[in-house]
Amino acid sequence: MSAFTEYLITGVARGLVFALLATGFVLIYRVTRVVNFAQGAFAVFGGLLTFSLLRAGIPQGVSEVLAALAVAVIGLIFGVITIAGKIPLLSSLIITIGLAMLSEAIAMLAWGSIPISYSGLAGHDFVILGAVVQRQYLLVLVVSLVLFGSMALLFGRTYFGKAMTACASNAYAAKLSGINVKRMGLLAFILGGALGGIGGALLTPVEPMTYNADVSLSILGFAAAIVGGLTSPGLAVAGGLVFGLTEQFVSGYWSPSYDTAVALALLIVVLLWQARRMRLEGLE
Amino acid sequence: MKLPAVTDVPSREEVVPDGALLATYDLVVRYSSAVALDGVSMHVGRGEMVALIGPNGAGKSTLLNTLSGIRRPAAGRIVCRGKLAHVPEGRQLFPELTVEDNLRLGAYRGGSRDPDPIYELFPQLHGLRKRRAGGLSGGEQQMVSIGRALMANPDIMAVDELSQGLAPIVVSDIIRHLVALNEEKGIAVLLVEQNARLALGITSRAYVLENGRVSKEGRSEDLARDPAVHKAYLGGQVGQ
Ligand SMILES: Nc1ncnc2c1ncn2[C@@H]1O[C@H](COP(=O)(O)OP(=O)(O)OP(=O)(O)O)[C@@H](O)[C@H]1O
Ligand SMILES: [Mg+2]
Repeated sequence: MSAFTEYLITGVARGLVFALLATGFVLIYRVTRVVNFAQGAFAVFGGLLTFSLLRAGIPQGVSEVLAALAVAVIGLIFGVITIAGKIPLLSSLIITIGLAMLSEAIAMLAWGSIPISYSGLAGHDFVILGAVVQRQYLLVLVVSLVLFGSMALLFGRTYFGKAMTACASNAYAAKLSGINVKRMGLLAFILGGALGGIGGALLTPVEPMTYNADVSLSILGFAAAIVGGLTSPGLAVAGGLVFGLTEQFVSGYWSPSYDTAVALALLIVVLLWQARRMRLEGLE
Repeated sequence: MKLPAVTDVPSREEVVPDGALLATYDLVVRYSSAVALDGVSMHVGRGEMVALIGPNGAGKSTLLNTLSGIRRPAAGRIVCRGKLAHVPEGRQLFPELTVEDNLRLGAYRGGSRDPDPIYELFPQLHGLRKRRAGGLSGGEQQMVSIGRALMANPDIMAVDELSQGLAPIVVSDIIRHLVALNEEKGIAVLLVEQNARLALGITSRAYVLENGRVSKEGRSEDLARDPAVHKAYLGGQVGQ
């Protein structure tokens, strides 16, 4: 029983981190229609920067917040490169892949290729239903719930959130209404960067971060986000949980070497289901 | 204001009178290669209804986009002494958002975000307010588009291709609203219309735009009788 509970809780926690990455995808896509494959790089920078700040003697919470802010700035820079010019969407996507590769190179030069980690939330591990769970997961849970809640409020309830959604819904009409579409897009990149940065900072204590972790993080984040058609924060959270749990149960009961493969197979199923749903709704 | 009879392109001084709500002055707009507007001077007075007619590709939509700041003119000047709201060609709603959110976003630049006055004007929209705008019929969408523009509390509305794709009865219903807005609230209207008969019928003045230039302008009733205009835009002989 305790193994099951452990997989369950670890799966939920990792799922929440994927969901954090996924909400970054959703945010940027919802406002700019760019699929930002540098989202995983945001998480890598979040983890690595937190590591360096901690080594400089800055307290944990402050380090994490500073890292998230720094990644928000990286998000802004990536946003400027990706959407500032009149670049077709397909090219923007390629640009984000290029930025992800550039990020890997920078991360390797600055932090090397050895996985780095730091301890998470201080205090003893706690025991739930016989399973030992790291305290850090509690932080993951609280922070992600707060962020998901804020995002649901932003898009679902606030006028500003509707204006952000309007930018991608019909950029021309948004401009006619006086919305500064470009600025909203950059804001989405800033927030997407912060979300990725926080995800990375929270993930590193439970899973050491490497310069090239961005690819798998991007894929898992994207997989979670695509469950909601890249536009629904709520479904992205559900998607993150599904992938987190799948990964844990597969690696726990079967073999760790299969977890990514199974997650990717699941992604294909989700994509097919999405395509069918879109066809049925006539959204193609 | 003394209205000139139908003339060929007049000199600037005649075109931009003082006190006009909206005026352009030798406006030139280029797309990368082509010149879309080639020295357009026109004006709309406070509370006036003005038609802008012309063949496909004449530059009508380009003029409206330039007036609302989407396009930057290469040369020339725009004077606007009031708030302009643009009802764009093809409705251009936010299809994923609800009717109510579409309307409320019309007030993005400021002012009241309460859509109730729009529901008073178009009662059908009240029942549809929670529906996604993308799922409405063409006529309903046109009402939302006009409603969204009205939410900006404009002094002048530039309406592009009001009748496009709509049944005649829906068109006359929406036109009735537009005329009422003009008469009751004094909102000026610049109406771009393929249906020249309709446009000349409800406006007091009109411009004919051809190849990016104003080729004719004058009182709508005079233009409707002008043989060349009649032949090109009203299909047939004068007096038909
Ligand atoms: N985005 C664009 N890029 C390049 N050329 C454009 C663009 N938009 C319009 N044009 C060109 O500018 C000219 C004027 O176009 P515009 O849309 O203003 O005409 P219009 O009078 O509104 O026509 P219609 O009655 O068909 O709506 C046309 O020759 C058109 O091909
Ligand atoms: Mg047009």
